[in-house]
Amino acid sequence: MVELKAKSPLDGHAPTTIGSVSLSEMDLGAMTSVAPWNGQGDALSAAMETAHGVGFPAPGQALFSGDVRAVWFGRGMALLTGVAPDAGLSEHAALTDQSDAWAAVRLDGAGAEDVLARLVPVDLRAAQFGPGATARTELAHMAASVTRLEDGAFLVMVFRSMAQTLLHDLKSAMEAVAARG
Amino acid sequence: MRIPGKGLVAGAASVSFSFDGRHYMGLEGDTLASALLANDVHLMGRSFKYHRPRGVLSAGSEEPNALVTIGTGANREPNMRATVQEIFEGLQASSQNRWPSLDLDVMAVNDLAAPFFGAGFYYKTFMWPAAFWEKLYEPMIRRAAGLGALSGQGDDDRYEKAYAFCDLLVIGAGPAGLMAALTAGRAGADVILADEDSRMGGRLLAETYEVDGQPGAEWVETVLAELRGMENVRLMSRTSVTGAYDQGTYAALEKVSHHRARSGNAPLECFWRIAAKRAVLAGGSIERPIAFRNNDRPGIITAGAVRAYLNRWGVAPGQRVTVFANNDQAHRTAQDLQAAGVHIAAVVDSRHDAPQSGDYPIYRGAQVCDAGGRKRIESITLRTPGGEEKIQTDCLAMSGGWNPNVHLTCHLNGRPVWREEIASFVPVDGMVPGLIAAGSSNGAFSTAACLREGVAAANRALEELGRKAVDVALPDAEDDPYRLSQLWAVPGKGRAWLDFQNDVTVKDVKQAAVENFRSVEHMKRYTTQGMATDQGKNSNVGALAVLADATGRGISETGTTTFRPPFSPVSIGAMGAGAEGKGFKPERFTTSHNASAERSAPTIEAGLWHRPSYFPKAGETTWLESCNREVTMVREAVGVCDVSTLGKIDIQGPDAGKLLDFAYTNMFSTLKLGRVRYGLMLREDGTVMDDGTTARLGENHYVMTTTTAAAGEVMKHLEFITQALRPEWDVRFTSVTEQWAQFAVAGPKARDLLNGVLDTPIDDASMPYMSCGPVSVGGVQGRLFRISFSGEHAYEIAVPSRYGDAMFRELVSRAEALQGGPYGMEALNVLRIEKGFITHAEIHGRTTAFDVGMQGMVSKKKDCIGKPMSTRPGLMEADRERLVGLKPVTSGEQLTAGAHLFNTGDPAVREKDQGYVTSVGHSPTLGHMIALGFLKRGPERYGEKIRLVDHMRGVETECEVVNPVFFDPEGGRLRG
Repeated sequence: MVELKAKSPLDGHAPTTIGSVSLSEMDLGAMTSVAPWNGQGDALSAAMETAHGVGFPAPGQALFSGDVRAVWFGRGMALLTGVAPDAGLSEHAALTDQSDAWAAVRLDGAGAEDVLARLVPVDLRAAQFGPGATARTELAHMAASVTRLEDGAFLVMVFRSMAQTLLHDLKSAMEAVAARG
Repeated sequence: MRIPGKGLVAGAASVSFSFDGRHYMGLEGDTLASALLANDVHLMGRSFKYHRPRGVLSAGSEEPNALVTIGTGANREPNMRATVQEIFEGLQASSQNRWPSLDLDVMAVNDLAAPFFGAGFYYKTFMWPAAFWEKLYEPMIRRAAGLGALSGQGDDDRYEKAYAFCDLLVIGAGPAGLMAALTAGRAGADVILADEDSRMGGRLLAETYEVDGQPGAEWVETVLAELRGMENVRLMSRTSVTGAYDQGTYAALEKVSHHRARSGNAPLECFWRIAAKRAVLAGGSIERPIAFRNNDRPGIITAGAVRAYLNRWGVAPGQRVTVFANNDQAHRTAQDLQAAGVHIAAVVDSRHDAPQSGDYPIYRGAQVCDAGGRKRIESITLRTPGGEEKIQTDCLAMSGGWNPNVHLTCHLNGRPVWREEIASFVPVDGMVPGLIAAGSSNGAFSTAACLREGVAAANRALEELGRKAVDVALPDAEDDPYRLSQLWAVPGKGRAWLDFQNDVTVKDVKQAAVENFRSVEHMKRYTTQGMATDQGKNSNVGALAVLADATGRGISETGTTTFRPPFSPVSIGAMGAGAEGKGFKPERFTTSHNASAERSAPTIEAGLWHRPSYFPKAGETTWLESCNREVTMVREAVGVCDVSTLGKIDIQGPDAGKLLDFAYTNMFSTLKLGRVRYGLMLREDGTVMDDGTTARLGENHYVMTTTTAAAGEVMKHLEFITQALRPEWDVRFTSVTEQWAQFAVAGPKARDLLNGVLDTPIDDASMPYMSCGPVSVGGVQGRLFRISFSGEHAYEIAVPSRYGDAMFRELVSRAEALQGGPYGMEALNVLRIEKGFITHAEIHGRTTAFDVGMQGMVSKKKDCIGKPMSTRPGLMEADRERLVGLKPVTSGEQLTAGAHLFNTGDPAVREKDQGYVTSVGHSPTLGHMIALGFLKRGPERYGEKIRLVDHMRGVETECEVVNPVFFDPEGGRLRG
């Protein structure tokens, strides 16, 4: 029998710290897009709450319960991460496995906002974009999802195929921010 | 000359720098201009057109004359203003637009020929013959005139772009800006205070005014200290706000590294986009020169700039200084200089009621009408009611009053209004929504008024933002009235300069009026006044005042030209930051990319994706050899190709079938579970948009594939249908392109290969042609589709992307054991042409289903997007250019894509065009080149001979028109 070895999107890229900002690949576990059927929003939210401890997030919102996260992911869609979705959810929503589709990076440290301010055209200052805030936006020409995690760090996701560009752009911005001291 | 102990830089460390190869010493905090003046260097540049010697006119970003090139080699920067450029250890500056040297410039002969070179000279002179303009005259003129030049090499400096957000953006950190920032900061608003200078404080650094009983500069430090202590306030110095845009967006250029030697990763400049809920413009004002004969001689400097050099940098720009003004404030220049021990030769005031401001000769009701000296002023001639008089002087400080910096307020097309009592244009409230002007940019010229307006503007912004106004105590400051009488140009012979940077004189403007270029916009274009890099900051108001006079209108009636961003020059490098080289677009790599690279496969780009072109083997010297081998390998054994880049869209819901029936021309709701069908999609206008296969995975669950290039377009199309046309349908879809790594396994041995990796083997019964189903590979759950783009017995196997790399390696090594291997885009293309399968080369946006021979796929039983429009007259005429195959009559002759088709005997001209070639390839299977193309009445003409002519490549080949399916037309191999 063949044995297939799994590789993560950043393929073991070691955590990097430049200046006051650290970048590391994040393993979010299972990722499932959840899109409620017509009229099923409330029922879905209740079912998610019961099964996973997080409801269906409002636009711009990310809900956390331990390692389980529900991140608003665009019009009528959330990304449920950290848990395989309860089978019962499919009564209320289209579920699609996206566990391999997104490269996820954690950006942490005092200058993280400054780094993202060079790449993302959205107000990410803590007062406006605190823990639990999320945005689908552009990051250096890439369609991205940016979320402020429970501890204040940023979760940045882009398509898996663009992981190398993401790394390159984040590191360049980190270097430029660090160089200003 | 530096005055020991004088100025804010007194006691600063020494810095050495060079100008035109000569070394000088300056002080930390000096600009290049102040340091050169301290070294008694006044000649800093040559003028644009006449190559006249020029020195500094100003002490700020408006400087028109002292433009220099900074640095050497690839990243040297032309046209840097010496008045802005800070010196640093090792700075190398050089002058521009001179040959062989600044001191001896042979092009200065232009100055002698000036009578011929006035406004309109080029337009009138170089009219004939017309063809000479572009080839001869223009290059010649461009060589003679001009500013600095780029290095011609790639710029390896780093630039960056960034975004910032705030409640209140305060533009300018003079007295008004500081008070605005302080007020809003104390109120708790998020404030950005941006100032173009290296040191905040504005005019308070240049004057001897006291504020709150402290010297101005010390008061500035007190305020800055408080602002620095506020977490809600961000201070951005060296940051020039260059444009006001819609909805509170402002552009700003931050000079990050211009003031120091290049090092490390710090960018040279950062281009900011600042989104501000409200903004206060406290951008100050610019002092205007007075036009008189030879008023451009080095050593003639605006009066406020002279005070700045003296009070901020401790530099006296002369030892025998004269002042020429029409207002009270300029008298301070004489007072400050005298207090510093500099001799004042005379103060010339055009007003009869000028004050007796100090112990020096004052000439009231007099005007300076000429300046002597060439590379440095030596004397002035003044005209009084009693006659003319010459005075020896080495520096003339002039002031014609002040122009508020209204530029930003006009960027959304508003026009400022003329206030006669201050002889200035001032902003009108609301010209840029949310932008409030304050201080001298609003026409308030005393320090006290600036402080007051700063507080008021901030409080108004706070109230508009729903915050409480703050009571900020106003510091004591001078509140002198602004007294002046208008004086724009001193009458007389000779050339009196208005626009120093583009060499435009009073005569030129009058000539424009004479030739009926009476509108200020026409005058500007005729004379080029205001069209240089300073955008007329120093000359616009003066020029239009002269025009107003020449045309017998008032200044208000004459109006201003249009103010456009940027306020000060912005390098293209900064605006394009991050987009140079590969930064232009993201790169998308498949999971097999590394494995392909290890096999030295060159890549080609398909959209953002990088895909292997071919996999060279030892001994192969051309891509064609590799391609031929790979094609034959697929036809005879088995090949593996990464097809993950094709768009995959997961579609679910009770109405999924309806959506597919509506988007595709053919029926999908009837597709059986576990089966795959080829589909064609039309745009609204009836032309073909995309094609691909869709598989039914469950009762209400499909997965659609698109072409690589059109994946995004198809997603958008489906979004439009479900959001705009059929919002009631209960259907959801999302891209799963990235979730699955998918590989084509094609060739007679495809099933043998797959059965080696699948946990449960397949056969024709369990997996017939056009079927699909779940499979397991070493315990990994995947999907298998029996579809073929090569015409061979073929499959596509998908596994979650994390296993893509391993899966590709496994498949390739097993293929090699079966005399197969990987194949790239070149072979894939030949394989599909041999089968007559279309790509976007054929469905290029102008072809219909009828044209590509697929009209039969447009179901008569249902409606679909594009169907009504596809039946429009002309879209299904037999005479249309329709898909055919082509092969050379003489085997071995060349076919080229892009060539056009002509009937034998017809000339190869547009009128006789019969069609064109879209795809070609050498078929190793058939032993000659083959092509797909579109030919009038194509399918009716199989067997005919046709001329293929490629005008661009010079190819002509006689072809035979054939069925586009060259190979295995019955499809026996597919079903295998």
